[in-house]
Amino acid sequence: MNAKVLLLVLLWPFAALAQGFAGLGTDAEGFAIPQPDPVFDFPADHGPHPDYRIEWWYLTANLKDAQGTAYGLQWTLFRSALAPGEAAGWQSPQVWFAHAAVTTPAAHFATERFARGGTGLAGVEAEPFRAWIDEWVMEGPTLDAVTLRAQGPEFGYDMALEAQGPLVFQGQGGFSVKSAEGQASYYYSQPFYDIKGTLTLPDGPVEVTGQAWLDREWSSQPLSDNQTGWDWFSLSFDSGDKMMGFQLRQRDGTRFSASTWIEADGSTTAYPDGAFVAEPLDVTSVVGREVPTAWRIRLPDKGVDARVEAVNQDAWMPLSIPYWEGPVRISGSHTGVGYLEMTGYE
Amino acid sequence: MTRACLAALMSHWRRNPLQLFAFLAGLALATALWSGVQAINAEARASYDAAASTLGEGQFDQIVPVSGDRIEQADFVALRRAGWLVAPVIEGRVGDVRLLGIDPLSSPAGFGAGQDGDLAGLLSEDRIFANAETAAKLPVDLSVAVDASIAPNLAVTDIGVAQRVLERTDLSRLLVQPNQPLVQPPLADVTPHLRLQPASQTADVGELTDSFHLNLTAFGLLSFAVGLFIVYSTIGLAFEQRRGVVRTLRALGVPLPRLITLMVVEVLILALIGAGLGVILGYVIAAALLPDVAVTLRGLYGADVSGSLQFRVSWWGSGLAIAVLGALSAAGVTLAQIARMPLLASARPRAWAMSSRRAQRAQAVCAAALFAGALALGVGGQGLLAGFALLGCFLIGAALILPVLIAPLLRMAERRTHSPVARWFWADTRQQLPGLSLALMALLLAISANIGVATMVSSFRLTFVSFLDQRLAPELYVQTESATQADAVEAGLAQAGAIVLPLLVAEAQIANQPARLFGVRVGPTYRENWVFLDEGAGAWDAVEAAQAAVVNEQLARRGGLWLGDVIEVAPGVPLPIAAIVADYGNPKGQVIVSEDLFRTLYPEVRPRQFGVRTDDIAAMRRILTDDLDVSDSAITDQAALKAFSLQVFERTFTVTAALNVLTLTVAGFAMLMSLLTLADLRVPQLAPVWALGLTRRTIGRLELLRTVVFAAVVFLFALPVGLGLAWVLLAVINVEAFGWRLPMFLFPGDYTRLGLYALLAAVAAAAWPAWRLMRTPPNALLKVFAHER
Repeated sequence: MNAKVLLLVLLWPFAALAQGFAGLGTDAEGFAIPQPDPVFDFPADHGPHPDYRIEWWYLTANLKDAQGTAYGLQWTLFRSALAPGEAAGWQSPQVWFAHAAVTTPAAHFATERFARGGTGLAGVEAEPFRAWIDEWVMEGPTLDAVTLRAQGPEFGYDMALEAQGPLVFQGQGGFSVKSAEGQASYYYSQPFYDIKGTLTLPDGPVEVTGQAWLDREWSSQPLSDNQTGWDWFSLSFDSGDKMMGFQLRQRDGTRFSASTWIEADGSTTAYPDGAFVAEPLDVTSVVGREVPTAWRIRLPDKGVDARVEAVNQDAWMPLSIPYWEGPVRISGSHTGVGYLEMTGYE
Repeated sequence: MTRACLAALMSHWRRNPLQLFAFLAGLALATALWSGVQAINAEARASYDAAASTLGEGQFDQIVPVSGDRIEQADFVALRRAGWLVAPVIEGRVGDVRLLGIDPLSSPAGFGAGQDGDLAGLLSEDRIFANAETAAKLPVDLSVAVDASIAPNLAVTDIGVAQRVLERTDLSRLLVQPNQPLVQPPLADVTPHLRLQPASQTADVGELTDSFHLNLTAFGLLSFAVGLFIVYSTIGLAFEQRRGVVRTLRALGVPLPRLITLMVVEVLILALIGAGLGVILGYVIAAALLPDVAVTLRGLYGADVSGSLQFRVSWWGSGLAIAVLGALSAAGVTLAQIARMPLLASARPRAWAMSSRRAQRAQAVCAAALFAGALALGVGGQGLLAGFALLGCFLIGAALILPVLIAPLLRMAERRTHSPVARWFWADTRQQLPGLSLALMALLLAISANIGVATMVSSFRLTFVSFLDQRLAPELYVQTESATQADAVEAGLAQAGAIVLPLLVAEAQIANQPARLFGVRVGPTYRENWVFLDEGAGAWDAVEAAQAAVVNEQLARRGGLWLGDVIEVAPGVPLPIAAIVADYGNPKGQVIVSEDLFRTLYPEVRPRQFGVRTDDIAAMRRILTDDLDVSDSAITDQAALKAFSLQVFERTFTVTAALNVLTLTVAGFAMLMSLLTLADLRVPQLAPVWALGLTRRTIGRLELLRTVVFAAVVFLFALPVGLGLAWVLLAVINVEAFGWRLPMFLFPGDYTRLGLYALLAAVAAAAWPAWRLMRTPPNALLKVFAHER
């Protein structure tokens, strides 16, 4: 649907974003702007923040079946506001959309949903926790114990998740800087989920278990207008440590990177621009686009120099906003599994 | 050499400007009528397509209420939350304009073509999209953006805005997206009061109106055929006269293939010019007729068609193509003769295809074959196309047989007369017959089409008026807005002493076709006023006792049903047909059952409309507006309704009448052109008569008389052909197109007037050639003898 693509391109952060008046905490269109040293209020902050332009509940999982075959799973709910604030019924300026995907070593299934806010078709409630769009839902008494369901014309899944560790705050206590000009978002994660459940695939149901990672992020201007896309890694090492690293690609060919090292107990070390380096090793042609599907990643401070490789190179999300997202394998100085998201490879 | 040849060929047209004019004008007229009709059809189709792509009708399955026309928004949310991917649609009217509210995020249909760029605006602002014509009709306080791609008389906006404008909080229907997720509960488990309506079952306005457009197309084709007669006769004459030039050119060494090529190119160029003029003329005709067509389509089918015309390749392209092909095929025969002509053959100009007895016999055989085809189609044919094919065979057969039948008549007249001048007159008339036969055939087609269509329209009008009298018995009609108002109106009027007839309607699928089920309160109004086409004993009693149903003719004919056959008015409710009623209001099927039965079948359906029988119309109106708070615009009186229905009817046939007049004009023109071109050839034939003492004036008068004789004979011949045509239209085409068969009435007065018109047209066509003949200088006549070979 052309119309939707256009709408979403208009709303997507790559598109022209008004320069913020950082000091006032709002931008030209009245959206709130993330401020340093945030103080989160849980469980309320698990819910939506309609004064910010965009927000997501982003869950990825690395799974294995009884035979040890690797699978990947994605469940993402996006909120995108045409104007700050909320209103009842169809007058709500909040637009919701969601992506779901399952990746196997041989296949990749993806689908999406759209819904208007204000009508009950989609939304998030903090306690008991419930994030939903149509029949897709992530819900539970708290964010620590949730069930997760989504389906498309060819696939579906029904999972149960239990958090085994605390929430983790990215950047400076949850204030994640995205550019040298100071664009930033609020960003925290729950990277310690154990997950199990059933994938429904064209060949039949598959029982799987594994690890899941939830990212919560909201902002009004996450990218600077000279940034064209990002490469984002969430990695779970066999040692029990985890790492989040992203780099934002800039028009002049430079990168802006950030990363967080997460110990098995949840304690974190945040690294500023330049500490985390990711270089493409191998490029795959996916639906006519050149997408790097093997990377060399380095975080010298923690002795990380590893190869990150897609489980399935064709994990392209052919949706209204197309991007690459899929499970990865890690080898080299560290071993493990993770998820890779790459946007802006048009 | 090529240039010299072309110049030599072209010089013919320079020396015979009249022939050039006849060629170009004939082709232009033929193309004009054809492309005009095509333009109208194309515009209508574009409007239907725009509507279909906007509303998703026919393309997508829909979820609609089991009864009524509203869906609660909560039901929509419940369906989505259960895994049914559906998109909400709300429809209503703002004044005369249909307002459509959609959710651009979930609608699978989109809402037209060009306004994607404004989607964000649609979501965030209260903007309504409509084409310029519609925008002008919307209230000024709405923010309207003009968008030419929106279907006529439709305004599209966001669902939230539509709900606000319409002051509603519910929805009209849901579109089911084509790709549904893996698992969903049955619809009945989520929303038992809603049902799935598969895409194919949605009434497609394009299909309904097909018959109307086929009618127009047939008319266009008829006009084209008449116009092509002119072209054919002109080309034939011109090429015949140029045999000499061709012989000379070949003797000078021009190779035959090149000569043929040049002549084809010449015809092609002339054809393109004529057709180009025709397309322009066609645009004018279409633009003039389109508003009437739009009213007709709206009145008959409820289809909105744009009143303004666009220049589309589809129609002007087809106009050009058919004209060029027609001209080339007309030239083909003559070119083939030229190709076969021996180099040194005599260049004696044979006065244009003096058809021999053999040619006449061939024509007679052709006609007989066509009549046989018509008979076969009449007996075994099925469908509208077969109906038109039957019509075509019959008409062309009649045209072909015409000269074959006229010749013996003329011989007979010749034998009966004794004075030399009279004998010469008849002999000369017979001698002229081959030259005029194409023009006469064109005239025959035009007159019979006029007689046939006039008979059909007038028969239809008589039937329709008496049908309106039967059907529109109640003196007042009241439209209510809510169930509470409906109850109040019904009670209030009954108290005031009026007889109230509630109108209960539900859309249903009966006898495998979409139909409307009506529940009526059987009473004297129905018993006394309704005239059935066919009825069993005590039909209304059986209906009242819920033991039978009345169906309209359309449903009966389409379903192959008649009296006594059993139909299922609802699943598990079979009823025999007690009577068949004529219904000329719309092409849809209708089934009528008693009010009580209807209420058991559809307990949720409340009457919205009431008929009121009363002796004191003014008093009832007062009670309605003052006591029952019904707005004046919701009350229609019988006279106004009749006037409106008749107006729709009249405008339906305005187009037909206009096309009729145009066809007759083209035929008259064909006659004029044939006479004019023949006039020059006639000089050698008339010179001896003049030399024998007949004055030029007398000769001129005789020429005029001859034309009148021809026209009269053609008219007499056209009468039975026209009546046959009327019968086919009423008993075959109408049944196939609309589902109703009309009784045929005869209108001798109309035919007499038409006969006079035909004679006048012939006299008008002959006047100028006759006048030219009278003014032929004596030396021109004398030269005939001097130049005699």
